[in-house]
This record gives sequence, C-alpha cells and structure tokens, in this order.
Amino acid sequence: MLSFILRRTLALIPTVFGISVLVFFMIHLVPGDPAEMMLGERASEQALKEVREQLGLDKPLYVQYGRFLARLAKGDLGRALRTNEKITTEIADRFPATVELSIAAMIFAVTLGMLAGILSATRQYSVFDYSSMIFSLVGVSMPIFWLGLILMIIFSVHLGWLPLSGRLSYHIHIESITGLYILDSLLTLNWPALKDAVWHIIMPAFTLSTIPMAIIARITRSSMLEVLRQDYIRTAKAKGLAPRVVHYKHALKNALIPVITVIGLQFGILLGGAILTETIFAWPGIGLWLLNAVYARDFNAVQGGTMLIATTFVTINMLVDILYAWINPRIKVS
Amino acid sequence: MSAAATTLKGTQPAPTNEGLEKSRSPLVEALLRLRKNKTAIAGLIIILIFLCMALFAPWLAPHDPIKQSLYSKLKPPIWDAKGTWEYVLGTDDFGRDLLSRIIYGARISMVVGVVSVSISLFFGTIAGAFAGFYGGKIDNVIMRFMDLLLAFPSILLAIVIVAFLGPSLRNAMIAIGVVSIPRYARLVRGSVLEEYSKDYVQAARALGARDGRLIFLHILPNCLAPLIVQTTLGFASAILEAAALSFLGLGAQPPTPEWGAMLANGRALILRAWWAVTFPGLMILFSVLGFNLLGDGLRDALDPRLRD
Repeated sequence: MLSFILRRTLALIPTVFGISVLVFFMIHLVPGDPAEMMLGERASEQALKEVREQLGLDKPLYVQYGRFLARLAKGDLGRALRTNEKITTEIADRFPATVELSIAAMIFAVTLGMLAGILSATRQYSVFDYSSMIFSLVGVSMPIFWLGLILMIIFSVHLGWLPLSGRLSYHIHIESITGLYILDSLLTLNWPALKDAVWHIIMPAFTLSTIPMAIIARITRSSMLEVLRQDYIRTAKAKGLAPRVVHYKHALKNALIPVITVIGLQFGILLGGAILTETIFAWPGIGLWLLNAVYARDFNAVQGGTMLIATTFVTINMLVDILYAWINPRIKVS
Repeated sequence: MSAAATTLKGTQPAPTNEGLEKSRSPLVEALLRLRKNKTAIAGLIIILIFLCMALFAPWLAPHDPIKQSLYSKLKPPIWDAKGTWEYVLGTDDFGRDLLSRIIYGARISMVVGVVSVSISLFFGTIAGAFAGFYGGKIDNVIMRFMDLLLAFPSILLAIVIVAFLGPSLRNAMIAIGVVSIPRYARLVRGSVLEEYSKDYVQAARALGARDGRLIFLHILPNCLAPLIVQTTLGFASAILEAAALSFLGLGAQPPTPEWGAMLANGRALILRAWWAVTFPGLMILFSVLGFNLLGDGLRDALDPRLRD
C-alpha cells in the first residue's frame, strides 16, 4: 500500500508541473498586449510599462517561466493587480467559504443520492424507482445557475424561508478559527451564528449538489442491483435473513466500492460548479473571487487562482485513487 | 419450384423471422434496439422540436427577437390576468418578446453544439487516432497533454480560456470545444488500440495500405459507435457550458437572444418578472435533457458494454 501511495504521489509532480506550464502560457493567448488589455486603451505608457514589468512580460519567455516557477516553489502567486494584495492571502481568505460550501453540497449529494439509489434498487420497477430515476435524469441535465435562481424565487422571494444570498447576516459575528462558519460557531458555542450560517448555506449547497446527487443516485442503484444478483446474496436470503439485513449488511458494503470513487470525483467537479453557485448566491468563495478577477482582467490573479484550483482538483483525484485502492485491494494488484 | 410457391401451396412452413434477423446489418440492429428504447425516443422527439425551432425561427417567432418596445416592458405571460396574446410568454425589461427570443435561442444553442462538438470531435479524433496507431512517444506526448487538460474542472478551463481570449460567443465555442478534446481523444485511442490488432487491419496493411488510409478508411469507421454516443452527449454538455458562460457574461453578448444570456438579464428581474428567468432556463434544461436521453439510448443500442 505504501509503495502505491508513493507512486501515486510522485505521479502528481509532473501533472502539477504541466498545469504550471499551461497556466503560465495562457496569458499569451491574449490577442495583442496583455498589459493594454488589462489597463485599457487609454492607459499611460508608464502604467503599461509597470504592469509589463510586474507580469515579467518584458523578459524572454524562458526567463518569465523560470521566475513564475521559482515563485510557485516558494508558494508565492504574486499580487492581485486590482487590490495589490498577495494572491495567496486573498485566496486563503476565501478558500474556507468554498470548502464549506463543497462539503455541505457533498453531504446533501451523498445522503440523498445514496438513499435514493438504495431505495430504487431494493424496490426495482416501483413508483419510487421510476420517479427517482427520472429525477436523476433531469438532475444531470440541470443548469444549476438556473436552478439556483428558481430556488431563490420560491424559497426567498415568495416563501421568505431562506436568505436570498451571502454567507452570514450583517448583524451576526463569528470568531474565525477555521474559516468554516458552521464549524467555528459550533466551536465557540455561538448558536445564533450557527443557525444563521446553516440557513444561508442550505440553498447554495443544495443547488451545487444537484448534479453529483443525480450521478450518485444512478451509480448507487446500478451497483446495488449488480450486487443483489450475486450468489452470496441469494445464499443470505436462503438462510432466512431479513431483507433489511441482507440489503444493508451484506449488499451495501460491496455496492459502495464504485460509489466511493464517484463521490471522490464529484468533489473535484464541485470546485468547478462552485464558480456558478457562488456567483448566483454572492457566496464569498474562491469561485466568485476568480470570476471577479476575470471581469477585472486581472490576469495575475486568474493565473494564481487557476493554478490553485487545478492543483486542488488533481490532489483530490489522487486521494480518491488512494482511498479506492485501500478499500478495494484488487486495484493495487492491477 | 421456388420456396415462395411451395409456401403458397402450404406444403412447407413459411420462412421464420429468425433467418431474416440474422441477415440484418449491425446498424439496423442498433436502430431497432433504439426504437424500443422509450426514453431515447423521447430524447429524439425533444431534439427534433428544438431543431425545428432553430431551422424555422424566422417563421415561428411572432416578433423580432431584439426589437425593443418601451410600451411593452415586463408584460406577464398569457395566463396571467395582465397577459396578452401579443406576447404569449411575456416580455423582458426592454419590452422584447420572450417567446421570439427563446425560439431564436434554439438556433444559437444548436450552432454552439455543432461548432463546439465539431472542434472537439475533429481534433480529439485525430489526436486519439495518432496516439493509438503510432503508440510509443507520440502516444505518450499526446495523452499526457490530454491528461493535463483533464486536470482542470472543465467549466474552469473554459472560463479561463475565454478570459484570456476575450468574452464572445465565438470564443466560448472555441473554449468549450478545446475543453472537450480529451474525452474524444481517449475514446478514439482506446478504440484504435482495440481495432489495430484485428485481422482486417493487418490484411489491409499486407496489401500495402498506407498509414493514413489504414487509420481513416479502415480503423476509424469501426470506432464509430462510441464516437456517436460521445458526440450526442457532447452536444448536451456544449449547450450547458455555453449557457453557463453566457450567464457569466463571457459568452454571447447582449442583445443576442442566447438562453444563458437571457437568464443573466432575467436575474436582475427575479423580484418582478419570474417569467424572464423561468422560460430560458427550462429551454436549457429540456434541450440538454433531450441530448442526454438520446445519448444514453444510443449507448445502450450501439454498445451495451458501456451501460451503467
């Protein structure tokens, strides 16, 4: 197992290196002068020169990349041109919001998706099975940015049950420990803040969870159905065990193996979906920050943010691989 | 005496369907399987409706999709007490007819699907075919680059490409096309590897067929089944991603009647005009659903091994 983990971790190095090359060269996709694109046509020559120097655009390409890589190795992503703040600081401030949203979305997706999948498989061809499969078909086709708006109209505008946007009400304050508001309010026993944070996260998390939930429901159903056809399940039933015991104690454990891989892969996909969800709900995470950098043509921040999200994405995928190998030892052999 | 004549006289049993089924081509077999798949047929019907909307938009749309009317701002749909037959699905804050914009939106979404999928299909197929056929270093270089593109969440990569190229529908289509290339490359590479060792390829090679002829005339036609499935599903994701980019202001620009851009405009109106948000979103949902349903059905019909 240790050698597998080591091999998989080492394989990450060339990938991250490749990401850095791609992210670095993206700025050269800009038609014309990136500095002029960032500052506009009316920018003074002095200002343009400063930006070119800051981005290193006045140096040969290999020097530019060498400097970019050297900065990356030190964990320095440069400064955001809009705010002149360190990009790492800006990202660190916003990353917990995205992590909290992704975790909450995953909790929704896993619990509801698996429940729907298990119940569908154990009640195959029932009304519940058909309706949950229709839901999962619609779910994978759902434009989540639209679903978010519809949920807003229903639950905020008409019913007034949930807050329209944001992460916390203005009058609520939380002592930041981890940056995850729900966890922080639990740690500081701040109940009003906990309630407010939970209320704010429900709608964006549910919106973000839709596609993973539908995928998890489909995979759980098909995996569970496959296991339920196995001989050992028939034996368990023949022994006279209660269906509940057969389903949840014997079948579920083996059915979960492919589901776990899918769950892990969805975590990475959530990072992409978070950009849209954060925009709709004004959720102050990394996705919204990156998009604002795009609008402001702050290419430095776009490069930094992309580098970080892509690295997180491949790292999560690596951890999923390791987890999968740990659960299913046949993987290591192959 | 012919078999038919014997049958007429009742002296021999009529030929059974079994014999006929055996002579059917794989394509006919697949189409028959597809016809039995109700969800796939539902998907096909949805797609045909959108295709008709796209093709006949100028005749179907009751109004000019970008013509503004200050007197008709935020008119509700027909079933609302204040609705009128002139604007069946209501109007937006510029007084533009939503129904006409939605109909023309189908045209844009179909074009987005065709262009983006063509880009990814063309480059992905060539890259995958070369990687699978030549193997070795070429395979390694191509596939590692594909892995690299897959190291980004697809919508993030599309956003970043558009950010650098500049926001426009054309650049959004390019970005979506580029982002999807690895899916096709991986698929074609796998199929080419599988086909390469088969006898018919070796026979063609022995007859002196050159590499290009082997790849494009012999091997690729036999890899079509998974490609057709991926292309259909690719339409769904292209429409969804293009709508997402336009929603974020990075794709189609106003006043283009693109569904995602219409949603972005309607977002500011959710407190006053729910219809401006609801209908464009429903169009995105149904068009994506149509292609997903058909793609799933085609997968079951063409390659049952790929089923969940």
